[in-house]
Amino acid sequence: MLPRPTSHSKALGPGVAGPELAVATSAVLDRPPQPGAHLPLSGAAPCAVDPAALGDPRQHTKYPYVTGTSVLAIKYKDGVLVGCDTLGAYGSTKRYKNTQRIVRVNSKCVVAAGGEISDFQYISNLLDELTTDDYRTDDGIELTPAEVYAYLCRVMYNRRNKFDPLWNSLVVAGVGPGSNGEGGSAFVGMVGMIGTHYTDSHVTTGFANQLARPLFRERQRDDMSEEEALQLMYDALKVCYYRDKCSINKFQIAKVTGEGGVSISEPFALDMRWDYKMFAQPTKWAVGAW
Amino acid sequence: MFRNQYDTDVTTWSPQGRLFQVEYAMEAVKQGSCAVGLKSDTHVVLATLKRSQSELSSFQRKVFKIDDHMGIAIAGLTGDGRSLCKYMRNECINHRYVYESSMPVGRLVRQIADKSQVCTQRSWKRPYGVGLLVAGLDSQGPHLFSTCPSGNYYEYKAMAIGARSQAAKTYLEKHFEAFPGASLDELVRHGLRALQSSLSEGELTDANCSVAVVGKDLAFTLLEDAAVQPYIAALKEDEPMQAEGAAAPEAAAAAAPVVVPGAIEVEPTAAGGPDGGEAAAERALREGEGPAPMEAD
Repeated sequence: MLPRPTSHSKALGPGVAGPELAVATSAVLDRPPQPGAHLPLSGAAPCAVDPAALGDPRQHTKYPYVTGTSVLAIKYKDGVLVGCDTLGAYGSTKRYKNTQRIVRVNSKCVVAAGGEISDFQYISNLLDELTTDDYRTDDGIELTPAEVYAYLCRVMYNRRNKFDPLWNSLVVAGVGPGSNGEGGSAFVGMVGMIGTHYTDSHVTTGFANQLARPLFRERQRDDMSEEEALQLMYDALKVCYYRDKCSINKFQIAKVTGEGGVSISEPFALDMRWDYKMFAQPTKWAVGAW
Repeated sequence: MFRNQYDTDVTTWSPQGRLFQVEYAMEAVKQGSCAVGLKSDTHVVLATLKRSQSELSSFQRKVFKIDDHMGIAIAGLTGDGRSLCKYMRNECINHRYVYESSMPVGRLVRQIADKSQVCTQRSWKRPYGVGLLVAGLDSQGPHLFSTCPSGNYYEYKAMAIGARSQAAKTYLEKHFEAFPGASLDELVRHGLRALQSSLSEGELTDANCSVAVVGKDLAFTLLEDAAVQPYIAALKEDEPMQAEGAAAPEAAAAAAPVVVPGAIEVEPTAAGGPDGGEAAAERALREGEGPAPMEAD
């Protein structure tokens, strides 16, 4: 028996060798689209070739599945605060109500993410590896928040260059010496899925860009007390819950300070009011509305 | 040199538990000219003696900048030294690219030590024939490390490697307690004096010695030729102080010295000069013109 050539092409299926059309020549790829071209004249289905599938068999991330929504972070007098809700949404379904979207990197730094939860778990893994390496080296040196931020920028940008992004908006926050060894300064930065990054006194992702940022611009100061900062964070989280459909009334706030290190709070709820008159009867005073 | 039956291969142990090839490699380090390193609480200084092949050639470079916060002095096979220097520079710059911060000195030294150790445990490699003095500053403070072909490394307060380094080490052992609080000028002067002790003949000139400094607000700077001249001159002026213990340095006569010659309370010198006289002489020099401000090369 002569060995029959088999094809591993997805276009053809297993165990079948197609005709010359299996080779992606320009005659195949560039020909004008013909209606019903995928249907062969004589019903030999295994021999039909889908030129589109002759390309790279690898898949690239096209859209996220389980997502987290906004993340907020502000600097205050003693350090930084990071806040977000604990929802992992599956499209419109509020599916996982207990996800922790803030992760402790080391005693000086936290990272929080909106976007694809599985990609964030991968990123946490990478950061874990770095921290474990530092622990193993045992020389008292920990990654500073600025270094974690620079590292994540490189990771996100490199993935974007491969057209396979990690679908996250990351927030890096913490306290640490500046890269020149200055004394404990707060650090807050954001890295996006295409590698865009910036640092500032307050940072937001997702819907909070539109909802919480005006509040921060008005009320955030680098020398706020902790009570003021917490109150501002609560107000901003409230606004995000009121106006973002894919959020829940269950939040976590992480605090990073020079003396206290990292503490991530237990999930808590905020008081919400749904009996505002304009909510109840939005069109009562609107002229011409029904 | 003795011949041994166990010294042909780096991967052969001797019955006494020694690796002769590695020890021979460490001999190569001792053949290189002297390099001295010392640190204070804020700065690290390297001082090296350069050799030249002949009167016509230039002096062989021994100090290399690795990054803004780190540099090395080599003793031994210069080719091996350059190769390690290239590796260190690469590591530092990659670290800077990913983390946007300076590489911790101890970690890079450990990488060099691991690299050196690999060469002592492969039959198709040979150990590096160079010892490094790594001077650097990181978030934990100033550091001085010494590496050797065996893959060992230690951190030091002060150290000398190369030919006749024992004399330099003796000087350092005598004075190291004064280093932590010393100013940069004092530190450089100590380094040069240590270097001087390892000279077999001739004296320090701006052509045959080079100094490098790094500190908290001072990027790694190499001082050679004209830049190192003021320190050597200051050293020479110290010597008559040490020898006679009474005459004022001539250079300080240009400015108005606060200390009047003869008013320096100093006992007639025995060996080595009294420390009190030295300190007084240094004060006079500093309040006079003192060495030129540092210029980067």
